[in-house]
Amino acid sequence: MASSAKEMKEVLFGPIFANNPIALQILGVCSALAVTSKMENTVVMCIALTLVTAFSNLFISLIRNHIPSSVRIIVQMTIIASLVIVVDQVLRAYAYSIAKELSVFVGLIITNCIVMGRAEAFAMKSSPGLSFLDGIGNGLGYSVVLLSVGFIRELFGSGSLFGYQILSLASEGGWYQPIGLLILPPSAFFIIGGFIWVLRTFRPEQVEPKE
Amino acid sequence: MAKKNESLGKTLFVVIALCLVCAIVVAGSAVGLKPIQEKNAALDMQRNVLDAAGLLEPGTDVIAVFNERVETKLVNLDSLQVVTEANGEDAVNYDPIAAAKKPEASTKLDKSDDIAGIGSREDVAKLYFINDEQGNLETLVVYVRGYGLWGTMYGLMALAPDLNTVKGINFYQHSETPGLGGEIQNPKWVAQWEGKEIYGADQQVELDVMKNPTQPNHDIDALSGATLTSNGVDNLVAYWFSDKAYGPLFEKIRKGELSNG
Repeated sequence: MASSAKEMKEVLFGPIFANNPIALQILGVCSALAVTSKMENTVVMCIALTLVTAFSNLFISLIRNHIPSSVRIIVQMTIIASLVIVVDQVLRAYAYSIAKELSVFVGLIITNCIVMGRAEAFAMKSSPGLSFLDGIGNGLGYSVVLLSVGFIRELFGSGSLFGYQILSLASEGGWYQPIGLLILPPSAFFIIGGFIWVLRTFRPEQVEPKE
Repeated sequence: MAKKNESLGKTLFVVIALCLVCAIVVAGSAVGLKPIQEKNAALDMQRNVLDAAGLLEPGTDVIAVFNERVETKLVNLDSLQVVTEANGEDAVNYDPIAAAKKPEASTKLDKSDDIAGIGSREDVAKLYFINDEQGNLETLVVYVRGYGLWGTMYGLMALAPDLNTVKGINFYQHSETPGLGGEIQNPKWVAQWEGKEIYGADQQVELDVMKNPTQPNHDIDALSGATLTSNGVDNLVAYWFSDKAYGPLFEKIRKGELSNG
């Protein structure tokens, strides 16, 4: 394998903070809004997306030298769509209640820009091993953002984590008045905005130059 | 290499080969996992039934409780006879919602009768009789559904043996707005159904979902910010418990005339 250990490390861990697909490239935000109101759903979505990105990168990279460029987008879509259907079927078989809540959004992984973006930008020109790592890395980058958004939204929106009540709610005789906005999708915009702000404060090189 | 890829033959070959492989993978996973998925769906329905009847506690063994307490019966809503199979399925596997979509297993409703907005009603109803330890009827769980704001709301309603007093309601599938109409699943809103009486003195449906309830023993306080959803729930109760749907059947069960024949 031509790639050095350093390169592999960079491909795998780079997307987590240095080149985060959501925070820097602002890809795949749509599903980040929809599935982050509960930690349980968020975790399943993160695993599903990471697997789909990794394996679609792997398969696309394996056949990259045989894909005619005139139909390459369709070829990528077909591979991604097949993987997503397999993931959806597996979820329905082994995690039924979560699959019921996530169903639409699992299907929407097909249109998640991260998967397509990595297939087109990375897997089409890189070796299968590196492409697979790149998929995992970008999946992790997506997961870091989603999990932190999910954590804030479930804890302060419903007073619980993974369904376990942490803060006792005022409606059930406790002291905590939940923030209703956090249960609704738009709140994820504010949290992701805050995440990007914090990230760019620590890594000023990510700030775009003024136009 | 790059040039050869662009030829028509190569393009067709890659596309067709890819489609074949993907089709096999997708079909394989769908067919291979189907038995487990169907088992999950059946278990989920059993859980919904127990939930509506108030028998679902954390840690309940759904299958054991269901098999011990619940008796599933099919009744033809027109002839009011108990039947052993409908739509080609036995009592356990029969799906009234699937049957309602088939012209031969359902009755199309006139516009004026279709207040719940369901289009057609299944000919054979699926009823869950939940018995106490002595084998007497404790709860009857029936299917209800109706059009809300965005789509059909599917629910199960649990009734006391007088077939008048509500014991619980569980909307297990709907597409209402989260936080507004979606609150039909909120335990606090669901709790106010318990003990409400559906019928008035002359066997007319008196249970209404309305703003500022007027009859404390019949009316449910509507959901704020979800008028159309509340109207939908009101309509589905008005339809399913009228003499167009479950009314005559309940009359027969109350008289003790529904035999197991």
